[in-house]
This record gives sequence, C-alpha cells and structure tokens, in this order.
Amino acid sequence: MGRYVLRRLLQLVPVFVGTTFLIYVLVWAIPGNPFAGMCGERPCPDSFITMMTDKYNLDDNVFVQYFKYMGNLASGDFGETFSGLDVGELISLRYPVSVRLALVAVAIEAVIGLVAGIVSGLRGRGFLDSLVLVSTLFLIAIPTFVTGFVLQILLGFQWEIMTPTVSSEANWSELIIPGFVLGSLSMAYVSRLTRTSIAENKRSDYIRTALAKGQPHHRIVWVHLLRNSLIPVLTFLGTDIGSLMGGAVVTEGIFGINGIGRLVYDGILSKEGVVVTGVVVLLVIVFLVVNLIIDLLYAVLDPRIRYD
Amino acid sequence: MTDPSAAAAGTATRDVESYVVAPEHLEDVKPGRPRGLWSDAWRDLRRRPLFIVAGAVIVLLVVIAVFPGLFTNADPNLTDLARSRKPPSSGAWFGYDLQGRDVYARVIYGTRWSLLVGIGSAVFTVLIGSVLGILAGFAGGWVDGLLSRVGEVFFGLPFVLGAIVILTIFRNAGVNGALPIVGVVVVSLAVLSWPVAMRIMRSAAISAKQQDYVKAARALGARPARIVFRHLLPNCLAPVLVYATIALGAFIGAEATLSFLGIGLRDPAVSWGVMISDSRNFIRVAPHMLLFPAGFLTVTVLAFVMLGDAVREALDPKLR
Amino acid sequence: MTDMTTEPGLLPDPPLLEVDNLFVEFRTGDGVARVLNGVSYSVDAGETLAVLGESGSGKSVTALAIMGILDVPPAVVTGGEIRFRGENLLAVSEQRRTEVRAQGVAMIFQDALSALNPVFTVGFQIEEQLRVRLGMTRREARVRAVELLDVVRIPHASRRVRQYPHEFSGGMRQRAMIAMSLALDPEVLIADEPTTALDVTVQAQIMDLLAEIQTERRMGLVLITHDLGVVAEVADRIAVMYAGRIVEHADAVSLYRMPGHPYTAALMDSLPRLDRKGGELNTIKGLPPSLLNIPPGCPFHPRCLMAQDLCRTDVPTGHRLGLGRTSACHFAEELVRSV
Repeated sequence: MGRYVLRRLLQLVPVFVGTTFLIYVLVWAIPGNPFAGMCGERPCPDSFITMMTDKYNLDDNVFVQYFKYMGNLASGDFGETFSGLDVGELISLRYPVSVRLALVAVAIEAVIGLVAGIVSGLRGRGFLDSLVLVSTLFLIAIPTFVTGFVLQILLGFQWEIMTPTVSSEANWSELIIPGFVLGSLSMAYVSRLTRTSIAENKRSDYIRTALAKGQPHHRIVWVHLLRNSLIPVLTFLGTDIGSLMGGAVVTEGIFGINGIGRLVYDGILSKEGVVVTGVVVLLVIVFLVVNLIIDLLYAVLDPRIRYD
Repeated sequence: MTDPSAAAAGTATRDVESYVVAPEHLEDVKPGRPRGLWSDAWRDLRRRPLFIVAGAVIVLLVVIAVFPGLFTNADPNLTDLARSRKPPSSGAWFGYDLQGRDVYARVIYGTRWSLLVGIGSAVFTVLIGSVLGILAGFAGGWVDGLLSRVGEVFFGLPFVLGAIVILTIFRNAGVNGALPIVGVVVVSLAVLSWPVAMRIMRSAAISAKQQDYVKAARALGARPARIVFRHLLPNCLAPVLVYATIALGAFIGAEATLSFLGIGLRDPAVSWGVMISDSRNFIRVAPHMLLFPAGFLTVTVLAFVMLGDAVREALDPKLR
Repeated sequence: MTDMTTEPGLLPDPPLLEVDNLFVEFRTGDGVARVLNGVSYSVDAGETLAVLGESGSGKSVTALAIMGILDVPPAVVTGGEIRFRGENLLAVSEQRRTEVRAQGVAMIFQDALSALNPVFTVGFQIEEQLRVRLGMTRREARVRAVELLDVVRIPHASRRVRQYPHEFSGGMRQRAMIAMSLALDPEVLIADEPTTALDVTVQAQIMDLLAEIQTERRMGLVLITHDLGVVAEVADRIAVMYAGRIVEHADAVSLYRMPGHPYTAALMDSLPRLDRKGGELNTIKGLPPSLLNIPPGCPFHPRCLMAQDLCRTDVPTGHRLGLGRTSACHFAEELVRSV
C-alpha cells in the first residue's frame, strides 16, 4: 500500500505542475495589456509599468516567471494584489467560509440522498420510487442558479424564513439553504446511485446465501446489503467534497457569501492575476489530495481492491 | 439400448417446432433477422414512454431552433421602452423584458443558440475524448500513461473557474458575432470536459480489449486499425452515447450558468442563459423575465437527461 | 403425480426431508411459467439423493422452495407440501421457517466467489451465524469457526479465518462455504451444483469431503447437478427432473445399468465413452420446453425418439418399475425390458 501511495504522489507531481502551469499561462502569458483599466481612463504612467513589471517578473519568459512564482508560493508568499493587499491573507480569510459551505452541502446531500436512495432501492417499483426518480430528474435538470434564485425569492423574500443574503461571518446555520442549493445536483446523483446500487445488490448471490443462512431480515439489509451498496456512494461523496471545495462561484454570488469562489471571480474580472493563480493553485492541491484520499478510502472499503 | 422406431421418430418430429422453444425464443422474431445490442435497444426504446416524450420534446425544440419564424411573428430585437417589464398578456404571452422586447420571441429565437452550444459541446467533447480514450485504452503503455496524465491536468482545473478564465481571454481578444461567440463557448466547454469522455471510452476500450473476440481477431492477424474500428468501437460506443446525451443537457445548463455569470453568450447570440442573466435584478418586480426562459431551459435539459436515462436502460444488457 | 419415493410399509418413520407433490409457478409479464409440476422426493439421514436435470428443469427452484428463499413474488407455491421431520414448512410461521433454515436444512451454492460476501472475512461470515443464532460470544465463535475450517480441511485455518473470499482459491472457497453451512449442525445439506465451477481434480476432493462429512454427521445430502459422472460416484438414489417434473426415480445402480425413462436413456447415451471412438457424439435434439407453454401430454414427447400418439395426449404418472423405482413414461416397462 505504501508503494502505491508513493507512486500516486509521484504521478501527482506532473499533473500538478501541468495544471498550475496551464493556469499561469492562461492568466499571465496571453497577449494583452495586463494593466489595462488599472489606472482609470488614462494609460498608466511608465514608472508604474516598470515597477509592476519588475514586481511580477513580467520581463522574464513564461517558464521562468512560472518557476519564480511557484517558488514564492512554496515559501508561503502568495504575493500581493495590484492594490497591495496580501493575497495570502485574503485567502485565509475567505477559504474557511467556502470549506464550511462545502461541508454543509455534502452533509445535506448525503443525508437526504442516502435516505431517499435507500428507501427507494429497498422498496422497488412503486410510488415512492417514482417520486424519487422524478424529483431527482428535476434536480439534475434545473441549473443551480435557478434553484438558488427560486429559493432565495421564496424563503428570503416571500416567506421570510431566512435572510436573503449571508452575513460576513457566515456561520453554519446561515449556510444551510445555500448548502442545499450547492448540493442539489449532487444530491440527485447520490440518491440515484444509492438506489441503483441497492437494487442491484439486492439480487446478488451473497444476499441469497445470507438468506439461506437464516439471518434475520434487518441484519441482511443493514449489514450485508448496505455495506456493499454504499461503496460507490461514499467514494462519490468524497470526490464531491473535493470539487465543491473548488469554489461555488454561482452559489456564493447569489447569497452574497464571502468565499473563495467570489474572490476568484472578482479577481478574473479585475484581472488580478496573482489572486487567480494563487487560489487556483490551492484548489488544485486540495482537489488532487482529496482524490488520492478517496482512492485509498476505496481500498479500505472494498477488500478486493488492494494496491501494491 | 432401445432402438428408436422410425415411424415414431417421424410423428414425433413433426410437432417439435411448435413446442421446442425455450423462453428466449418466444418473441416474434422473423427467421434470419440478426439481433444485436443496437437493434434490441432500439426496439426497447420505441416502447418506453420516457423516450417517446423526451424525443418528442427534443424534436420540437429542434424545429423551433431551425424555424423560429413558424412560432412567432414578433421581432426579438425590437425594443420599445414604453413596454418595459410589462407582464404577460394576450399580445405577448411571456411579457416584455427590461428594454421592451418580446420575451416569448426572444425565448423562441434563443432556442437555436442554446441548442447549438449544447450539441456543439457534446460533439466536440465526445470526439476528442473518444479518440484519445480509444487510443489510450487500446495502445496502453506509455501512450496511455501520457494521455491519462494530460487528461488529469485538464480534469484538475475547476470547471467554472477554468471556463471563466478561458472565456475572459477570448472576450478580451475581441470575439464578436453570433457564431464565433458560440464557437468560443463550445470550445471552452469541450476543453474542460473531454477528460470525462476520454475516461469512459478508455475504460470501455480496456475491458473490450480483454474480451476473447478481440484476442481472436488478433490471432487471425487483423491489423490494429481494423480491430479498433470493427470490434472495439461498436462495443465502446454505448457508454459514451449515454454520457453524450446526458452531457448535452448538462452543457446547455452550463452555458446558462456561464451566461448568468456574464461571460457566456451575449448579444447577438442571445440564449436563455443570457435572458436569465438579464433578469437578475428584476426578479421580484418582473418574475416573468426569469421564469419563462428558466422554464424552457429546465424542460430542455430535462428532455436530454430523460433521453439519456432511457438510452442507458435500453443499452444495459444486464436489464434484459 | 403420485408419490414416487416410498413403498408403503418399508420405511416406518417419515423421511427426514420430504417434498410432496410440489407445484410452483412464476408469474411473469409474459405469462405464467409452470416451473414445478408435482415434484416429489425425499431424503433420509445418512442418505445421498442426487437430483439430476438440465438447466430449467426446476432442480434449483425445488431447493430454493425447500429453503423458503424463493423470490415471492413472482414465484408462488400453488400446491403440495414440504415436510421436515414431518412438519409441513409451507404451513408454519415465517419465524419457524427461519429457525429451520441452516439449522435443520442448510444449502450451499455453485459459485462460491459470488455466493460469499466479498467485503467480509470468511471468519465473519461463519461466526455471524454462531453469534446471532446461537448466542455465542465473539471469542467462542472464532474458536468454533477455526474448528469448522479444520473440518473441511483448509490448512492454516487460524490464519485463513481472517482472510477474504477472494483470497481463497476456488476449491478452498467451496470448502469454506461448506464449513459455513455446517455451523449450525444441520441435518440435511442441499448442495446446488457444488462442483460445477471447479476443475476435475478439485471436484473429486470436494465430493470426497462431502461424503466424509455426511457419514460422520449422518446428514442427509441432496446433491443437485447436471453431471452424470459426479452422480455415479456419490449417489444412493437419483431423481431425474425434466420440465418441472420428476421423470425417473431410482437407486443409482439400477439407473445406470437400466435407465427406465427415454430422457435418462438419452442422457446416458450422450456421454462420451472411451470404448466408442470415432463418429459424432449423440445429442438430444431440440430444446427443453418453455415453461410458459409446456406441451400437453408428456413434456418430453417432442424430443423423444419413442414417442407415440398416447404420449401427446396423456400425462404419464409414475409407473412402478420395481422396488423403490418409478418412471414417468407410458412405456417404461418396455424400455427397461429391452435393455
């Protein structure tokens, strides 16, 4: 197992380098004036341009730029925005909010999705099963921002159950509705995946054997069936955490959450390259690490998978 | 051993045909008609209500996209500020938007762009992903390693952020005109999504490669190209097809999201996403500006997802 | 179909396990499949009954019906009784049925890899019966599980008990499944094609093992198979099934020497034999009937080389051919006499 982890980590490196380099190039090396619009209506004074170019190594070729940048990152220096704010600080302020939002979303989608999937998977064809299928279909089809809007209008403005936007501290309870919106698509997938997995495993030979052994029905369901059926679901939930932590630009935008997604979005629009690359590098690391953890988790859950 | 009497054999065999049928032969199959996965799937699909409904909706949408004039006489770009934000009425079924344009007409004309993005992205994603996937799966070795790493690089880019970056670049490069704008969005979506298609194709190719019929073909001396096209491809198509159908719906939704963020389609290629984006600040006072394009959007994505579901069930040999 | 198994007066006690005129239907979307049409057989302590038949003959369904684990619906038991120690299992509560399962009558299946739960260790799967149904503690159960693995001759049992099914070889997995079935000391063991998935040398080992265990414990063994070769070595009595019926029931020696039913005869005839070289192998022309549409009269008549007009109209009932031997053929006596 240890060798597998090592091998995976080694494989991660080129992927990490590739992705971050790609982003770096897209943000910094595309022709165009990176300072356009920064000085208002008039073109920037030469001294400003020289200073900025020097500060951000724009005279070097792109590979050198990239290495210098990554070198700085490795030592914890995320650089500064054009207006002098420390990017590292900005990130440390906003990232926890996004993480909280992602965790809430995954928790909600796991609970509702699993319950719906287990019940409909066990029951088989019937009213409940059709209900779950239809509602998940809708959740998959309706784009997140529509769900977000609708809920915001209904719950925030019409019925006034919640505040339409989230405060700047963004504590857990405020994040419930946004978390639901963020996780709505995945919730649909979780319930469908669970349902299919249970329905398939229900008919398997080892369940027949457990029956033949005279095991009580509830034990067959909760111990034998679930333990097998939930493997793909749990791995899906794991990868979902990884992607949700990658920022929820839309949800954060609708509910006014000061998370990392908004930070990057604003950064892109205002051409704050440092912010964009800094955040994306962080997100890529998180994504890759989470994926590795999920693969290892898969080996723990399913003894047939043993890496060596 | 007993000796069969010839006469008995004669009378017995005459009745054989009517009774000697195992369950799988009970269906009405004309003699000589080959029954493959695809013809079986098509026969199955034809009978499913899910498929019929979804198919009908999609056909209707395509007609609307190609011949919008059949469905409305109004000009989608005609502004009249006096009518700004007026709610639905008998003259304008969906009301008017901020600039007094007929929402119904815009929704109708917008069908074309939304569908184009969906179809274009799906086609490109599947093309790139399938080619690379079969290559990786069939060739194996370092080719597979390289392609998989490249796929992971693109896969690692957060989707929304990557799309925003790419589209912003194109926008700053001054891309204008309806088709180029659509093209740019299509390219962005395809660039970010092809790894998924590649993965599907690759694993299908790998498992197909290990099947005995491929080994047999190899043993008979078939060249790699022939093996790929004749043997691998038809059997790997099924999962990719299912993915493509569902992805089509997802891409249409993604375009709407990108337009909502302001970086997707824009004038003159007005899609439902653009309309929804425009309605953002007026949701409370003029909800019809949001509802109708959102409704069309939802129905369209729903139709494709339903289609994908139906296709998946029809193609799944385990459910036969 | 009348009782084909016992001569009156010969066996004073009821058999350990007795299937009596069992009828089972499968209600499907395409119609009603009559899967079992009056199946009767029995097995006693220390006796081995082989149930022989092709796929679709109903031999596995009978076993599942005995265990009470048929998929209900679509399966429906429409007639007959299943008696264990004289008690009709079809008439008792579900609780009692569950009690009998694995403790009175146990079952092992063909493919041990899919029949064992892949995510639990072999030890866990044996121990859970001991813990849940006998109330043993974990430690006691572990000790007993290792003992059981020893009984089935799995080497290094104390290590193996902590391993997963996929870590065993095919033969050892089957042994493990046998060990699992013995956990509650059943009185009858039903083995559904236990060696079909194994290669020949391993087959022999497993059959030897089963015979040994049976003798030691005086268990009744119902061996379900389609393999005539396996049956010849092991069986005391043989019941041949076709289209949901028992077409012949005899002791092993008589059956092999003198098949009393055209189907049995044809089966024997289709075996490759060392002393008959060259030429084609004999087959039985045609296919078994669709259970949705069983032909009238004798179900075998479309494929039978001896079929007469009578066969097309009258369903043959059991013809007694001698002591404890019956055959469902109108011309059974002629068949036997002509050998």
